[in-house]
Amino acid sequence: MSPLDRIANVSILKQHEVDKLYKVENRPTSSTSDQFCFLVRPRIKTMKYIADIINADKMAGRSRKYKIIFSPQKFYACEMVLEEEGVFGDVSCDEWSFYLLPLDDDIISMELPEFFRDYFLEGDHRWINCVARALQLLNSLYGPFSKAYGIGRCAKMSYELWRDLEEESESDSQGRKPEIGNIFLMDRDTDYVTALCSQVVYEGLVDDTFRIKCGSVDFGPDVTSSDKSIKVLLNSQDKVFSQIRNEHFSSVFGFLSQKSRNLQAQYDRRRGMDIKQMKNFVSQELKGLKQEHRLLSLHIGACESIMKKKTKQDFQEMIKTEHSLLEGFDIRESTSFIEEHIDRQVSPIESLRLMCLLSITENGLIPKDYRSLKTQYLQSYGPEHLLTFHNLKRIGLLTEQSPGETLTAVESKVSKLVTDRAAGKITDAFNSLARKSNFRGISKKLGLIPRVDGEYDLKMPRDMAYVFSGAYIPLSCKIIEQVLERKSWLGLEEVLRLLNGNEFSVTESAGEDSPAWESQRIILTVFLGGCTFSEIAALRFLGKEKGYKFIFLTTAITNSARMMEAMIETKA
Amino acid sequence: MDCYTANWNPLGEEAFYRKFELYAMEWSLKEDLRDCLVAAAPYGGPIALLKNSGRKEKSPSARPLLEIYSASGLLLASIPWKSGQLVHLGWTASEDLLCIQEDGTVLIYNLFCEFKRHFSMGNEVLQNHVLEAKVFHTEYGTGVAILTGAHRFSLTTNIDDLKLRRMPEVPGLQKPPSCWAVLSQDRVTIVLLAVGQDLYLLDNTSCSVVTPPGMSPAAGAYLRMAVSFNYRCLALFTDTGYIWMGLSTLKEKLCEFNSSIRSPPKQMVWCMRPRSRQRAVVVAWDRQLMVAGNSTECIQFVLDEDSYLVPELDGVRILSRTSHEFLHEIPEASQEIFKIASMAPGALLLEAQKEYEKESQKADEYLREIKDQKLLPEAVSQCIEAAGYEHEPETQKSLLRAASFGKCFIDKFPPESFVRMCQDLRVLNAIRDYQIGIPLTFTQYKRLTIEVLLDRLVLRRLYPLAIRICEYLRLSEIQGVSRILAHWACYKVQQKDKSDEEVAHAINQKLGDTPGISYSEIAARAYDCGRTELAIKLLEYEPRSGEQVPLLLKMKRSKLALSKAIESGDTDLVYTVVLHLKNELNRGTFFMTLQNQPVALSLYRQFCKHQERKTLKDLYNQDDNHQELGNFHVHSSYSEQRIEGRVGALQNAVDAYYKAKNEFAAKATEDQIKLLRLQRHLQEDFDKPYLDLSLHDTVSNLILDGHHKRAEQLYREFKIPDKRYWWLKISALATRGDWEEMEKFSKSKKSPIGYLGPGPSGRRCHRAQERERDELRPVQVHRQHRRGRGGEAEPGQSPAPEEVTPALGAAPPGPASTDGAWPRAGDLHHRRRAWCRARACAAVMLPWGRHGGPGWGGWRAPLPLRSPLIKCRAAASLCPGAKLPP
Repeated sequence: MSPLDRIANVSILKQHEVDKLYKVENRPTSSTSDQFCFLVRPRIKTMKYIADIINADKMAGRSRKYKIIFSPQKFYACEMVLEEEGVFGDVSCDEWSFYLLPLDDDIISMELPEFFRDYFLEGDHRWINCVARALQLLNSLYGPFSKAYGIGRCAKMSYELWRDLEEESESDSQGRKPEIGNIFLMDRDTDYVTALCSQVVYEGLVDDTFRIKCGSVDFGPDVTSSDKSIKVLLNSQDKVFSQIRNEHFSSVFGFLSQKSRNLQAQYDRRRGMDIKQMKNFVSQELKGLKQEHRLLSLHIGACESIMKKKTKQDFQEMIKTEHSLLEGFDIRESTSFIEEHIDRQVSPIESLRLMCLLSITENGLIPKDYRSLKTQYLQSYGPEHLLTFHNLKRIGLLTEQSPGETLTAVESKVSKLVTDRAAGKITDAFNSLARKSNFRGISKKLGLIPRVDGEYDLKMPRDMAYVFSGAYIPLSCKIIEQVLERKSWLGLEEVLRLLNGNEFSVTESAGEDSPAWESQRIILTVFLGGCTFSEIAALRFLGKEKGYKFIFLTTAITNSARMMEAMIETKA
Repeated sequence: MDCYTANWNPLGEEAFYRKFELYAMEWSLKEDLRDCLVAAAPYGGPIALLKNSGRKEKSPSARPLLEIYSASGLLLASIPWKSGQLVHLGWTASEDLLCIQEDGTVLIYNLFCEFKRHFSMGNEVLQNHVLEAKVFHTEYGTGVAILTGAHRFSLTTNIDDLKLRRMPEVPGLQKPPSCWAVLSQDRVTIVLLAVGQDLYLLDNTSCSVVTPPGMSPAAGAYLRMAVSFNYRCLALFTDTGYIWMGLSTLKEKLCEFNSSIRSPPKQMVWCMRPRSRQRAVVVAWDRQLMVAGNSTECIQFVLDEDSYLVPELDGVRILSRTSHEFLHEIPEASQEIFKIASMAPGALLLEAQKEYEKESQKADEYLREIKDQKLLPEAVSQCIEAAGYEHEPETQKSLLRAASFGKCFIDKFPPESFVRMCQDLRVLNAIRDYQIGIPLTFTQYKRLTIEVLLDRLVLRRLYPLAIRICEYLRLSEIQGVSRILAHWACYKVQQKDKSDEEVAHAINQKLGDTPGISYSEIAARAYDCGRTELAIKLLEYEPRSGEQVPLLLKMKRSKLALSKAIESGDTDLVYTVVLHLKNELNRGTFFMTLQNQPVALSLYRQFCKHQERKTLKDLYNQDDNHQELGNFHVHSSYSEQRIEGRVGALQNAVDAYYKAKNEFAAKATEDQIKLLRLQRHLQEDFDKPYLDLSLHDTVSNLILDGHHKRAEQLYREFKIPDKRYWWLKISALATRGDWEEMEKFSKSKKSPIGYLGPGPSGRRCHRAQERERDELRPVQVHRQHRRGRGGEAEPGQSPAPEEVTPALGAAPPGPASTDGAWPRAGDLHHRRRAWCRARACAAVMLPWGRHGGPGWGGWRAPLPLRSPLIKCRAAASLCPGAKLPP
């Protein structure tokens, strides 16, 4: 499902005299319409496709009207390309300032999956403006945020740009009561580890297995146990899903069977009914029951399918390896597991993910492993991944332990000496070399690996670690928890040093009498570069425990596979 | 105060007119006004004088002098007039001076005699010269109408959006019309002219003769006409001294008056007030001024000297060499209060207040009288209103005092009108001061609005006063103070006698961070004045980088622009600058500039990646980024169709990687070249697609196709690790079902399991393998047999999951648990046994002993632990019946 489908589906478009929908591709069109309207993201590649289409029409002597609607905004570079291709005069351009797509009651997505690669890999700042504008939009809808926290360079830039926009616009949000008390901005590169782990909460698993697109999933024939696939909208409207989405997968089956028993019981009630009751039952309850029944069977199907798929790969082993990596035990064995994983060509994405996880938890691979794993990988999956590895190195996901160990120390020293702005530049320069993750140190400082004696009760979890089977508390969520608890970054200096700093916290409504308690409990968490369903589940859990309400704004919903795919350099 | 009504002159029953002095003129003119071209702007605007214009002699010493005065006669500026012969002067609505030359050229000067621009009224005017000209104001703006020497009219309704219109010819017109005027009716501009006893109306297309209704036939020829300020009324003066007053539509007569003065008046203007029913014209002769209206009587004044009438919205200003007077109808509120023996509530209130001040009990009596009639609110409002019409602060004060006094006796009298009046009067008194010289009446002020007034103050460079007014009236910063400061700054940058630093500092001191100030606009002004350095300094203060960049580019400070664009975080801006730089600089410098700006560089790279791949290469070459160069070559190898091209590109990549000291990448690429060449041979030899496969897949495919020698060759050449080769070969052979080869393979090679597994289990594995070999054959036979039968009875032959799962143990089996599980395998069906054994092989090969950890949750119920089973995917495929547990 594409974002457009969520807003205006095909039938609505048809009602507005859209003749036919095409995907913009590098392919000539065969349409006979005399007007084309391109609704596109401002990408250079897309512009070239459009230019090709127009030029082809020109060659064929066809005249059509062309309109390009850029969403969320027009980029100068795009116009430049159109100009260079000589079609700028033939098109009219427009902007559709579409920034926010609410996927659920508490999830807002900007649907910009390219943000991750563009910013973190290519160093392209173009989307930051969009984030700032999205924040401005939220601000205008819900009043000013009274407290803002953030970590990461991008978070800082977005925040500052947004403040600038606010100042320029001179909107009269001043007197408004804040409805969202806190805002927390976080860069994805603050915590790659969490995003790289296999997800085991139901929603995350569904995403990992079937790919949730725009809050909807395509359940194939193996799930629906019929010969066609079904599109299902996954959100809190779905009564079954909303109860299991945040659960650990091991509890899901129990719940589903309980649910099916309940359903059966409700169906069974009709046995003892007289005519009138029956009429009531049919007119009022049956429809809901049927609906629930349908959903239930779908989710059971999905569970089965997940299990089938996961057991085909040695999922258990993999999870075990992941947990060892997170805890820092038996690194050698994990390394050889990964090696074998590669050798057996289990899955290119999974192998890459494990390598990255190893690198990032161990602060880089030792040179011998680095070389051998890469060689193995190239032999298994083809030499073009040489470029993939280069990308991963640049972004700091797969690095080599080297004398560069001292780099962060130098960097932080330098940044202390010079001003912020210059430090930014220096960090940029260093970025290309390597980023140190210091995961082990952070994990120790924040206690990310829960020490539990005996079994971790996944049904009645005690902390956010349940989203990873009790083995690991997601770093990103832990940071948010800590900061909200302290209401500042105070006391987290050591962690911040390890995280490369760039934190900020701003109190906006200074001096005002304490704003409404209600709004103080609402926290807008902004993930720049995407967030996973596991993180969402963890924060929802935290919210339930501490009485917060989290609202998620993310550039896109991500998971380990999407992140890896973004790094892969494809032939073409 | 007693003789307050002394200067009131009654006209008819109801109306009074008064004339009072606004200023004693400061200008000490030597010339008579009649020798000058005079133009005074409405709304208390400035006065322009062109001296010596009448004399035609050419002596250079007697060059005409253009002077501009404030309404109080203070000289604002003067210049000697060097251009052509002037016919007419006029002011635009924005207080610019229009100088209309004989040849039809109109020059525009500002208040300070600084030339702004000029335009021409067209060729026809140029040829025939300007006979007369008039400047008029309509809703379209300021217009100019011209009567040419050929007795034709040309006009434009808006000089800022020049569209010349030539009016139709008046048939049979031989001499210039005796008088004419421009009318504006229903947004159409028309010309009314009089020739002798005839009136003609010229509109866009036609000329028509008109007769005013009720015009006495013996009236005679028209000498003068006057149009009121709002274009609603028209007055005509004939040579019998008869004055006709009516609507300018010529559909209704309002009144008439016979002055019995036959000489043509110098000027005739309307004197009216908005919303007043009284209508009167003021007619001026050399020494006589007459106010004539709807009455048989008229008011006459004697003029001591040459005077000039300026029609205003609510009266007439009378200029002379020594004084500046205002003539207007007394507004109703003032009449009520001040008229002798008036019993109006306002008058009583004023009286009451006076008595109160005298501490007389009469105050109470008066007050009671008003209160009895319940007219106190009216009394207060009347006093407030009347205060506005007074020019003398003393009178204003006493009226306001009375209002304030009356207010005390009313519950909940809304204070706004009182407060606003006080504020307005304070502003008006300030600007009426002779040093400012804007004699605005309250009515005019309300019509003009405070914003326009502020603009006019700014135009006169009275910045401090304007700011004071803004502060006093508490106008929003953006509307008021900051706008004025910006104007001030724009003026400041034009002062060339001060150094850049001084000016920039002064401006920043004053402006600070006032919201709504655009430093970039000020900087742009500075740049227009040729002060680039100052502009750059000013731009430093501009908080919005987006505003800095375009100007910096214009000033050719591209590098600075680039860093500002990057600071702004607006990528569009960065692109704008980068692409601008690309055209401006040569390639080398361009790249060097980018090198210092990583953000811009990465943006440009993005652009190049899609649009100009060649540039990308140059870019990497330039800064010796061999790593990226290598990547570039690898990337471009993909698009090469031919193998040679691809190899060539890859070879380039190898070189680059070596230069980048990235030996790993270089080696990998070399391997890739080797592989490509090999694949081509394979493709030729076997006529099967091998290109673009990974090494693993290549070898695997070779084995699948039975080319074991070749596979072996690749294994050695590429130093494929034994482990991988073992996996690869077993699984490929199994897929192929080549059990012969499998056996051969196992004999020829020392199993890598032996190297990997721990001692005892390694041995066991070896044993297991041998046994497996023995048992595999029957399996094979069995399978073929089954195939022959057409693949049926699947489920029964597969090992039942319930049996297998417990055998493998619920916990992840370590080496120890395998020991325990192993003997039980003997009881199983032989096929199942084989399968289990294969699993065991795999178990040894894999690092089983993994730390469990307390946090290890893994899969619990309902997922049975069966993943170890699947471990041996390859082995499992050996057993055809062995299906995974569902």
